Amino acid sequence: MELTRMTAAELSAALAGGDVSATEVTRAHLDRIAAVDDRVHAFLHVAADRALEQARDIDARRHNGENLGPLAGVPVAVKDVFATKGLPTTCGSRILQGWHPPYDATIVQRLRQAGAIILGKTNMDEFAMGSSTENSAYGTSRNPWDLDKIPGGSSGGSSAAVAAYEAPLAIGTDTGGSIRQPAAVCGIVGTKPTYGGSSRYGVVAFASSLDTPGPFGRTVLDAALLHEAMSGHDPMDSTSIDAPVPPVVAAAREADVSGMRIGVVAELGGEGYQPGVLARFAESVELLESLGAKVTEVSCPHFRYALPAYYLIAPSECSSNLARFDAMRYGLRVGDDGTRDAEEVMALTREQGFGAEVKRRIILGAYALSSGYYDAYYGKAQQVRTLIIRDFDAAFGQVDVLVSPSTPTTAFRIGERADDPMAMYLADLATIPSDLAGNAAISVPCGLADEDGLPAGLQVMAPAMADDRLYRVAAAVEAAFTRRWGHPLLAEAKGL
Amino acid sequence: MTVSDTLVPYLEATERYEPVIGLETHVELGTRTKMFCGCTTTFGAEPNSQTCPVCLGLPGSLPVVNRMAIEYAIRIGLALNCTIAEWCRFARKNYFYPDMPKNFQISQYDEPLCTDGYLDVEVNGRTIRVGIERVHLEEDTGKSLHVGGATGRIHGAEYSLVDYNRAGIPLVEIVTRPVTGTGADAPVAARLYVTELRDLLRSLGVSDVRMEEGSLRCDVNTSLAPRGASQWGTRTETKNVNSLRSVERAVHFEIERQAAVLDAGGRVIQETRHFHEDTGTTTSGRSKEEAQDYRYFPEPDLVPVAPPRDWVEQIRASLPEAPAKVRARLRTEWNVSAVEMDAIVNAGALDLVLQTVAAGASAPDARKWWLGELSRRAHDTGTELAALPISPRQVARISELVAAGTLNDRLARDVIDAVLAGEGTPDEVVEARGLAVVSDDSALTAAIDEAIAANPEVAAKIRDGKIAAAGVLVGAVRKATGGKADAARVRELILQRLT
Amino acid sequence: MPITRDEVAHLARLSRIALSEAELDHLAPQLDQIITAVAQVQEVAAEGIPPTSHATGLTNVYRDDEPTPCLTPAEALDQAPAVEQQRFKVPRILGEM
Repeated sequence: MELTRMTAAELSAALAGGDVSATEVTRAHLDRIAAVDDRVHAFLHVAADRALEQARDIDARRHNGENLGPLAGVPVAVKDVFATKGLPTTCGSRILQGWHPPYDATIVQRLRQAGAIILGKTNMDEFAMGSSTENSAYGTSRNPWDLDKIPGGSSGGSSAAVAAYEAPLAIGTDTGGSIRQPAAVCGIVGTKPTYGGSSRYGVVAFASSLDTPGPFGRTVLDAALLHEAMSGHDPMDSTSIDAPVPPVVAAAREADVSGMRIGVVAELGGEGYQPGVLARFAESVELLESLGAKVTEVSCPHFRYALPAYYLIAPSECSSNLARFDAMRYGLRVGDDGTRDAEEVMALTREQGFGAEVKRRIILGAYALSSGYYDAYYGKAQQVRTLIIRDFDAAFGQVDVLVSPSTPTTAFRIGERADDPMAMYLADLATIPSDLAGNAAISVPCGLADEDGLPAGLQVMAPAMADDRLYRVAAAVEAAFTRRWGHPLLAEAKGL
Repeated sequence: MTVSDTLVPYLEATERYEPVIGLETHVELGTRTKMFCGCTTTFGAEPNSQTCPVCLGLPGSLPVVNRMAIEYAIRIGLALNCTIAEWCRFARKNYFYPDMPKNFQISQYDEPLCTDGYLDVEVNGRTIRVGIERVHLEEDTGKSLHVGGATGRIHGAEYSLVDYNRAGIPLVEIVTRPVTGTGADAPVAARLYVTELRDLLRSLGVSDVRMEEGSLRCDVNTSLAPRGASQWGTRTETKNVNSLRSVERAVHFEIERQAAVLDAGGRVIQETRHFHEDTGTTTSGRSKEEAQDYRYFPEPDLVPVAPPRDWVEQIRASLPEAPAKVRARLRTEWNVSAVEMDAIVNAGALDLVLQTVAAGASAPDARKWWLGELSRRAHDTGTELAALPISPRQVARISELVAAGTLNDRLARDVIDAVLAGEGTPDEVVEARGLAVVSDDSALTAAIDEAIAANPEVAAKIRDGKIAAAGVLVGAVRKATGGKADAARVRELILQRLT
Repeated sequence: MPITRDEVAHLARLSRIALSEAELDHLAPQLDQIITAVAQVQEVAAEGIPPTSHATGLTNVYRDDEPTPCLTPAEALDQAPAVEQQRFKVPRILGEM
C-alpha cells in the first residue's frame, strides 16, 4: 500500500517492524505535499529539511535498538497556532508574519519527544477565529472533497492535510468547534479533548477559557493515539488538569457500545440543519441502537443561548489576548517613520495586521467588557455558561454520552458566507456547548449528504475527563459504517 | 507646562481647610523569582537578561502563580490586621503601554487577597489609626529609558528603550482608607505612615523597601474641604513621590495649591499630578481626552486562590514582633523617653543600635555613638546613617576598647574617623596608628616634666592646694602626647608630684 | 440600535486599531447586527446564578519560588523590530500612565 494511504496505526506497526523507515515515510509525505498542496493549500510552511533530519535520527535510534514509542517516525502536521521554536508561527495573520518563536509549545515538545515527525505548519483562520479558514491572511485552504468548498475552520489546514493524505495525523485547536467542524466537513475524525486535558502552553491564545488543543486522524484509533501522546498535565499551564489521560486508545480498540445510554439532544437539530445532514445523523442513531446502545431524547434547554453566550465570552477574552500585538517587541511594525508616536504606530500596525473578523471580535469584546455593559453582556454570558453546564450535568445524570450532528451543513462554497459573519457563526451551533462547558467531544464521519455528496459528521459528547467514552462510541460507529460501506468514507472522495 | 500656581501659606490653609489624605503604596516583593514565571529578580542586571516567554508576554505564554508571593502578601495582610480572603481571583487590567508586554496587567480587582486592616501611626503625640482598605497582588511592568528629551523624561523624547527585567516582578499594592482628622499634621502623618509601613515591611522580610531603588513606591492622594463641611473635597493623586521627605512635601504643596484654588472660588480638578523633587511642587499630568476604561475581567489563565485557613494561621504564627511593639518594649528596657526613642528612630538608628547591642555593646554606649558622633558624620557627608562605611560590630568593638581603657573618647573618635576613611578595622587602626592610650608612667613622666616646666604659675597654684588647676597641665600633657595620654593617670601623677 | 458608528469608532481607538472611514462604514452595521443577536443572553432568567469564569473547578495552582533558565538577551531581542543598547526600541511614548 502507498505509505500516504496508511493510517498512523499501520505506519506505526510497519515502522516498529522494520518494514519501512521513518525517512521513507517522511519522504513519501513530503512528495505528496509537493504534488497536491498547490491546490489544497493546507500548509503555510513545510519544514522538509528538519523533518528529514528528525526522521533520520529516529531511524538511527531504532537501528541502535532503542525502544521507541508508537508515534516515532509518524508524520504530524501542526496548526500554525502552536509555537514551534525556530519555525515560522503566523496564526494565519499578517501581524505575525516572519515571527519565529524562541520556544516550543508543550504539545510540540511532547510530539518531538514521542518521535513524531513534524512536517510543517498548517493554515488556519486568523487567530483561530472562523469556521472556514477563509479568514487566513495567506489565502484559504480547500476541501479535498471539492476544491471549491471550504475545509472548515479554524483548523482547516490541519483537517485538509489529513483528508488529502498529506499527513496521517494533525493537531489543531477547538474553541467553538474548530476541530470538530473541519473534521466533519472533510470526512475525517477530530476531537476536542476535555478542557485542561491538553496543555495550552505555547498555543497562541484566542479565548483562554475555551481553547483546547486536539487531534485529527483519518480513523478513530489514529486520533486516539495522537490524543494520548499530546495530552496530560503541564505545570506551565495553570488550567491544566493533573490527572491521568483517560484511556482513549483502549476504548478505541474496544469499540463496544452495548448497554451504553445515549442521549439525542433535542435542541441540536431541526431548523437550520441541512436535511442530508439530519438524515445521516438519524441513521447513526439507528446504528447505535442496533449495536446495543439505549437511545433516548434529552433536552438541554439553555443550549439555544450557547451561540450568543459564546460570541460574548470568546471575543471578550480575545480582545484582551490580542492586545499584545502592538509592534513593540515582535511582529509587524507599520508607520514608524520617526514622526509618529508609539500609540499611532500601534494603531496603524493593528489596522493593517489584523483582518476584518479579528477586528470585529476585538471591538465586540471591548464592548462587552466596557464598564456599564459588563453585567448585561459578559457577566450575563458567564451566567448562561453556568446554566449550560447544569444542562449537561443533568443530561449526563441520565445518559453516558450525548449525540448530535457535528455541524448544521456540509462544506459550503468558498466565498458563500465570507462577508456574512452571522451566517458563518451558525456553523458552530452544535459544537459550542461543549466548549462552554469544558467537556469532551468528537466528530466521526457518518456518511455523505444526498444533496451534495459531501461528508457529514456525528458528534459525540461526554462529561469532562470521560474522553474515552467518545472513542468507544466513535470507534463502534466507524467500524459498523465501514463494514456497511465496504471502505472508509474518505475513499469516496475524488482523488487529487 | 503650567504657569506657577498660586499658593495659600500653609498655616493659613490648614486653618480654613481640613485635609483628607490617602496613600497607595506599591511594594516590590523580595521573592527569588517573578510573580508568574521562574525568572530571577536580581536588581541591576543587564537589560533584558532576566526574561522568558511568560514575562515577555510572548504569544502562547501562560502565567503560573508563585506560591511565595501569595505567602508574602498574606504576611503583609496579617501584619496590617487584615482579613485574608477565603477565595479570590486575579483579574486583567487592560490598557496599552509599551512597558507592559501583554498590554494588560494581571492584578486583582474586586476580590483582593486581604481587606479591612489598619496601621497605627504616632503623630505628634497622638495615635492615628490608618485604615487599610485592601492589599492585593499584581505584576510589575518593564522600565523605559526616554531618549532625546532634555531631562530624560517623557516630554520631548524622540524614542524610548524598554528593558523587561522588571516586568513580572511581584508587587503588593496597599491602599489606605481616606485618613481624616490629621489637620495641619497631614503631611507629617503621611510621611510617618509610609515610614511605619516601611519599617513593618522590612521587619517581615518581604522586601528591601528602598524608595530610592523603587522597591517601595508611593502615590499620595490629597483633598481639602472647608472646615466644618460635611462632604470631602475632590482629591488629586500625586505620583513620582520617591522619598519619605517627598511624601511630606507633596502633601504640603497640594494643600497650599488646593487652598488657593478653592479660595478663588474654583474647583479642584480630579487628576493625576507629578511631584518634582527639585522644586517641591506638583504639576498636572497629561490630560486624557477619554477616561481610562480598564475593562477588568477575571483572569482566565489563572485559577482562583483559596488559601487554606491552616496555612494562614501558620503564617500568622511566624510573624515577627511589629516594630511599634519593639520600640515600646525597648523604651522600657532602655528606660528612655518617647522623645528620645523618636530621635533614635528618626535618625534611622534603631536597627543599628540593636545590632550594636547584639554585638556586645551596652545600649547607652550604642546609642551614644550612633546618635552622636556617627550621626554628625552622616549629616556632614550627606549620607544615610546606615550607609556609613562602619558596621555595628565595629562600633561595638570600639565601645569595648574604650571600656577596657585601651581608648579614651578622643582616641575613639580618631579610630572612627580612620575606619570611615577606609583604613581598616578598629583593631587594625589602633595597631597601625599606635593609638592605644599611653598609661605607662615612664612614658608620661617626660611629658609631665615638660608641662610643669612650661607652666610654673600653674604648678605653683597646685602646690598651694588649688587641685583644679591640674586640669591645665593634664591638657598640656595630652596635647603633647597627641591625645594618647590616659587623662586620669596623668592627673594622678601630677598631683603626686606637686602635692 | 445597540451600537452607534461613533461607539464603534471609540472602541476601535480604545483597542488601538486605526480603522479607516470605509472600514467603519462596513463594520459598524455588522457589529450592530451581532450585538443585537448576542443580546439574547439577556432574555435568560439568571437570578442568583453564579457566573462561570473557569470550567475546571481547579484552585490553588502554584509554582515554587525556584529559578528556571531565562532567555538570553539575544534570544529575547531576536524578533524585535528595533533594538538599541540591548533594549527594545519603541517610538516616542506620549505621557505617563
